[in-house]
Amino acid sequence: MTEALERYFVPEPSKFPIFGSVALLLFGTGAALWVNHVPAGPWVFFAGIAILIYMLFGWFGTVVRESESGKYGHQVDTAFRWSMGWFIFSEVMFFAAFFGALFYVRVLAVPALSSGDNLSLLWQGYNGAWPNAGPNAAENFTPMGAWGIPAINTLILLSSGATLTWAHYGLLKGNRGQLKLGLLVTILLGAVFLALQAYEYIHAYAELNLRLDTGIYGSTFFMLTGFHGMHVTVGAIMLTVMLARAMAGHFTPDSHFGFEAAAWYWHFVDVVWLFLFVVVYWL
Amino acid sequence: MAAVTPEQLHGHPHPPAGLMRWVTTTNHKDIGTMYLLFSFVMFLSGGVMALTIRSELFQPGLQIVQPEFFNQLTTMHGLVMVFGAIMPAFVGFANWMIPLMIGASDMAFARMNNWSFWLLPPAAILLLGSFFVPGGATAAGWTLYAPLSVQMGMGMDMAIFAIHIMGLSSIMGAINIIVTVLNMRAPGMTLMKMPLFCWTWLITAYLLIAVMPVLAGAVTMILTDRHFGTSFFNAAGGGDPVMYQHIFWFFGHPEVYIMILPAFGIVSQIIPTFARKPLFGYASMVYATASIAILSFMVWAHHMFSTGMPVVGQLYFMYATMLIAVPTGVKVFNWVATMWRGALSFETPMLWATGFIFVFTIGGFTGLICAIAPIDIQIHDTYYVVAHFHYVLVAGSLFALFAGAYFWLPKWTGRMPDERLGKLHFWSSMVFFNITFFPMHFLGLAGMPRRIPDYALQFADFNALATVGAFGFGLSQLIFIAVVVKSMRAGERAAAKPWEGAEGLEWTVPSPAPHHTFEHPPVVA
Amino acid sequence: MSHAVRIAAAAPALTLALPQRVMADVGPSRFNLQPPVTEIAAHIYDMHTLMLLLCLLIFIGVFGVMFWAVIHHRKSRGATAAHFHENTAVEIAWTVAPVLILLGMAWPATRTVIAMKDTSEADITVKVTGYQWKWGYDYLQGEGEGIRFLSALSTPRDQIEGKAPKGENYLVEVDNPMVVPAGKKIRVITTANDVIHAWWVPAFGAKQDAIPGFIRDTWFRTDKEGVYRGSCAELCGREHAFMPIEVHVVSAEAYTAWVAKQRAGAAALSADDSREWALAELVARGQKVFAANCQACHQENGKGLPPAFPPLDGSALVLGDKNGQIDVVLHGRPGTAMAAFGPQLSDADLAAVITYTRNSWSNATGEAVQPADIKAGRKG
Ligand code: HEA
Ligand code: HEA
Ligand code: CUA
Ligand SMILES: [Cu+2]
Repeated sequence: MTEALERYFVPEPSKFPIFGSVALLLFGTGAALWVNHVPAGPWVFFAGIAILIYMLFGWFGTVVRESESGKYGHQVDTAFRWSMGWFIFSEVMFFAAFFGALFYVRVLAVPALSSGDNLSLLWQGYNGAWPNAGPNAAENFTPMGAWGIPAINTLILLSSGATLTWAHYGLLKGNRGQLKLGLLVTILLGAVFLALQAYEYIHAYAELNLRLDTGIYGSTFFMLTGFHGMHVTVGAIMLTVMLARAMAGHFTPDSHFGFEAAAWYWHFVDVVWLFLFVVVYWL
Repeated sequence: MAAVTPEQLHGHPHPPAGLMRWVTTTNHKDIGTMYLLFSFVMFLSGGVMALTIRSELFQPGLQIVQPEFFNQLTTMHGLVMVFGAIMPAFVGFANWMIPLMIGASDMAFARMNNWSFWLLPPAAILLLGSFFVPGGATAAGWTLYAPLSVQMGMGMDMAIFAIHIMGLSSIMGAINIIVTVLNMRAPGMTLMKMPLFCWTWLITAYLLIAVMPVLAGAVTMILTDRHFGTSFFNAAGGGDPVMYQHIFWFFGHPEVYIMILPAFGIVSQIIPTFARKPLFGYASMVYATASIAILSFMVWAHHMFSTGMPVVGQLYFMYATMLIAVPTGVKVFNWVATMWRGALSFETPMLWATGFIFVFTIGGFTGLICAIAPIDIQIHDTYYVVAHFHYVLVAGSLFALFAGAYFWLPKWTGRMPDERLGKLHFWSSMVFFNITFFPMHFLGLAGMPRRIPDYALQFADFNALATVGAFGFGLSQLIFIAVVVKSMRAGERAAAKPWEGAEGLEWTVPSPAPHHTFEHPPVVA
Repeated sequence: MSHAVRIAAAAPALTLALPQRVMADVGPSRFNLQPPVTEIAAHIYDMHTLMLLLCLLIFIGVFGVMFWAVIHHRKSRGATAAHFHENTAVEIAWTVAPVLILLGMAWPATRTVIAMKDTSEADITVKVTGYQWKWGYDYLQGEGEGIRFLSALSTPRDQIEGKAPKGENYLVEVDNPMVVPAGKKIRVITTANDVIHAWWVPAFGAKQDAIPGFIRDTWFRTDKEGVYRGSCAELCGREHAFMPIEVHVVSAEAYTAWVAKQRAGAAALSADDSREWALAELVARGQKVFAANCQACHQENGKGLPPAFPPLDGSALVLGDKNGQIDVVLHGRPGTAMAAFGPQLSDADLAAVITYTRNSWSNATGEAVQPADIKAGRKG
């Protein structure tokens, strides 16, 4: 036992990374072709996605097997914790770029365009009050209000954080029923969130005249909420995998980092939403 | 634990042979080797582009390439050198050396490590392949400023996706390095006992994690501005082209320190070895490195003085930038103090390291001159800036890479690099480097803009000189190939510790380092 | 080789680079900043000299020590290594000393930054617009108000392609220079039509990015009459190297005379815009406009350089309804290199060039587009 844990686990050669690389090559090429309207684009793109999914299944499957067969000692567990933490930090910085853009246009760019020489020489008559789609905005749009669906969604995500923590307590206490139920409810809340978000998008396009190309408001609104929605999707998939693992009898009260990683991710997505709610919808 | 059998613990199942060994490997030494090879190939490709640029600039007038293609070459030269050559080369060093230096059996995530490397060839294919698509490669400069980058053809999209993939690779690589350094040090190896190279890489890895996602965000916004009607960088829609520059340089300035901090680390290993004297001011070196990293997040707009910032903005960014001279100065002084009253000898690695300090400092000084906002308004976007950054990137990062390569080649190949060839490589690089890039200071001061395929007549002489130098410099690099090939086949066998004054765990394992090292962590006193 | 000879001959001048400012008038500068003619440029020049000297001193100090060690503390000379590896006093000293030096550098720089930014109380305000790839000048306020013109490279293509010997002002000469009076504060406000450019005249110490959709400004005042040359200093696409700036600083009288001449020219132009033209007349004028504005992309033979620059010869748009083509030429194609020419060219020029494209190469619509059509298109 001590002998086993003294040595750090180094995996054997693996074929999965190269699949991942080929997948991303196809993904990148396909996307570049697609956005330039080359007919082969989507095919190449989805081929890449398919290989990526294969790779993710294979790779994570291997990791789960290694973990369950007890190959990871305490040190590997610490390594996973560090890495998940810093990975989430890198995601924070990705969102920071878009939040930064929103902040910049609201505080600097739009006020600058609607005042001083910019106003008198280039954009006469431009009113820079936020929400704003820029001086060339052809038609009016209605911004997304905060207190309808977005407020409900905030509640949903917050309660999903709570149910997830409840599930975690279940796991720690050895109450696997509570674990599974908590996970299931969390995933369902996530799904409802996504459904409401989809409804909101349809509503924006159909009734509010609010689109991705509705000037800077549309750009920041859809890019921020869209990337957030993608992250909710990824988080929900991670939780689903955890649910499946819980059903298969994985995790023990003192070794369940897979679960914790997914939970950290979920909380991160939660926090991003709170910021979104405040600066995108509310203020 | 019943599932773990003794052979799983001690025996290593035979890895696949041939090509598949390299494709599937989880060994940090294999992966390090691949990184180094890849980066050298990219260096040659970027170098060929540089030589084409220099050939066009040999004389006034358009001779060899058309302006559009010239701009593509400039852009791709910058991108390939930065993302393809310099950054991966340092990651290669990290892979090879960090586990050996801290007494770890491998990197923390060996499989992910493989993926980090194998993401680079696809990125390179996308980037270099973009030359061959309709409209050619992106020609918006390596900084990809909007809205020019919004005008480009499909090559731009390929570059964007290449950057996404390289960013992913860098982030995973950085996480791996952080976790390895923090979690896998041998017992007794406290952080403040760690070799300085590990320290500089630890800090660099934090920089990478913090800024690569921001770059990904920036190019994503370009992508959506190009194809999906967003207005991030379009004033008519309420956006701002200058916002792109802020986001880009929030990445870009830390990026240049990403390319120099590991170089500082390498030099800090070499100078004490050949001075036979401990590094002067170890602790202050660590603090200086951290200070440079922190400051690097607060100075980005010194690349944007001519965009017309408000006075306070200009002053703040000027002062903050100037401050970086202080911790960098501490490093230079510490190196000199390490050499002072040592017992110096100048084997090839030491020559490169000493040369590094000398020429890098020139680049640092010109950087400081750029930092003075009013002066920068004169020299921004001229060859003065080109001179500045080649002094810090070529004479800085690249020279340090060569220093490190000569230093650790015995550990990698088991044979000593050829001293005569190595010295020839150094001296001809040093001379031709200065012939190429020193005249660019004059060109810039006198008013030659950068990124132009043709220029006014008063710039002709120095351009001709720079071109001659560039060809000399390029040819000198072929010597390095000869050295490496020779030290793989022939040449004197290296002892475990081939350099008399060397210290550190990497010198306790045989040369060449066996495939698996430190499977049981050594204990450091 | 003549280059080598010239460089060798120039070597002594290198050591004289600092006093060069005194011998300001001897042609374009080669080693140092161009001879300054404004107060700001002079500040910059002196500050650069100061910085250079300070850096040189530090450099000599640091590397004096290093090379002393390199020479004297060699193992081969029997040196044995000392063992010291830290010294708090020294380390603090070499942290504080640079801070002090930097403060000394920051002081003059701060004053200059503040002075550079003071664009108030200008005598004349000129709006400079960057286009791919020429400059538009628009005198907004002060003597000459209302004058506007475009300014493009005047070096013939043959010189660039090596088919003719290169002239003295190769690549730094334009067809319509900016003209300003000496001794007056000129405020230059910059903007751009397509991508970012930068308006830069080194002798004035003025460089300001021209950002599409935004106004930025800078200023200069010089007492020294003469011709000052600069270039676009921000990568702006294919012809970035070929959009120079030429400023003529003239006496007050000469400036007044220039203003009068421009006014007369403008009157003739507006007459052009309001009359009917014959087809042949339009085609002849259009050919010149095409050569100056369109040819770089769409090529002399109208075949373009697909896919970036589509052909006009046989183009469906050119052969189709004239209003479609007028719209594209006036407003450009966003996201492509096709610029909006509406703000750049007069109605008569636009009518002429459109007529030219519709009646050249294999295109033969026989249709004349009149300035009145353009005027209508501008409204629509
Ligand atoms: C390895 C890369 C690297 C490094 C280390 C640096 C280091 C520095 N750089 Fe540089 N820089 C680049 C890469 C790098 N740079 C690149 C690639 C660009 C151009 C990008 C583009 O536009 O394409 C650029 C451009 C650039 C600009 C913008 C110029 C312009 O476009 O107009 C500026 C302006 O402030 C600048 C400043 C500095 C400063 C102050 C440092 C400092 O860190 C230097 C500090 C070092 C010293 C000062 C020397 C040692 C110190 C002493 C001996 C102590 C005593 C000294 C004094 C008190 C003076 N750099
Ligand atoms: C990161 C590192 C890096 C490195 C190592 C280099 C290396 C070199 N660079 Fe640099 N360069 C940049 C980064 C780098 N560069 C960046 C970021 C830009 C800005 C781009 C932009 O504006 O967007 C730039 C821009 C730039 C310009 C300005 C272009 C312009 O503004 O239009 C020039 C011009 O001379 C130049 C020259 C060179 C030369 C001669 C080398 C040499 O050191 C190269 C030497 C190597 C070789 C030559 C290859 C090896 C040899 C062979 C393959 C054998 C064949 C050789 C012969 C037959 C002689 N580079
Ligand atoms: Cu306009 Cu460069
Ligand atoms: Cu910088």
